Amino acid sequence: MNKEEILQCLPYSKPFLFVDELLEIDENSVSGTYTFDKSLDFYKGHFKDHPVTPGVILTETMAQIGLVCLGIYLTGNSESGVPGHVMLTSTAIDFMKPVFPGEKVKVLAEKIYFRFKKLNCSVQMLNAAGEVVCKGTIAGMVTNKMNG
Amino acid sequence: MNKEVLTEKLKAIISTYAQDPAALENMTESTDFITDLKINSANLVDVVLDLEEAFDIVIDNQSMERMLTVGTALEIIEIKLSEK
Repeated sequence: MNKEEILQCLPYSKPFLFVDELLEIDENSVSGTYTFDKSLDFYKGHFKDHPVTPGVILTETMAQIGLVCLGIYLTGNSESGVPGHVMLTSTAIDFMKPVFPGEKVKVLAEKIYFRFKKLNCSVQMLNAAGEVVCKGTIAGMVTNKMNG
Repeated sequence: MNKEVLTEKLKAIISTYAQDPAALENMTESTDFITDLKINSANLVDVVLDLEEAFDIVIDNQSMERMLTVGTALEIIEIKLSEK
């Protein structure tokens, strides 16, 4: 599968699609970018008059690029050739810096293991200055059903 | 390795992931990882990876599919140890 095909397989749409572009992908790693649109609805409330991207959204962005795209790539290139769905099962993330509306971030992920349908990745997010804004590990089950 | 030692080692690994302390305490060979111990499928994979490391064995997909109760887990570990 190429990068475009993977993006086509993503089960998200606006306002919950947090992948703009995949830069590189192979069996062991993936990188991609996303720019947080200033008009995203959650900025109105997080926080009142002081918009900052919520940590759960940063986590989701790392999961979509680092876990879901890699899971689709790995299953799409497997014997069955059927791109799977990825069900998030655990996250452990540390947050270092805020991400403000309009910022472009880059997510880098490396596979720790993919066994018995469980994909476990170490992930990190960098801002435009190349600083790490958050990092950790994210895991999910790659299934052939949408709800596991 | 006798079965008692094996069971204790298994129990120690499971205790990290089991969500039902009473079921863990009263664990028998028929205890089901998912329905009794409330371990989710993702953590069941971690149990298996921990078992591989603790016993220095490799568990294949077929064995993984059977690994649903304490009893089958013990049986699979014993088979893999005997093959070493």
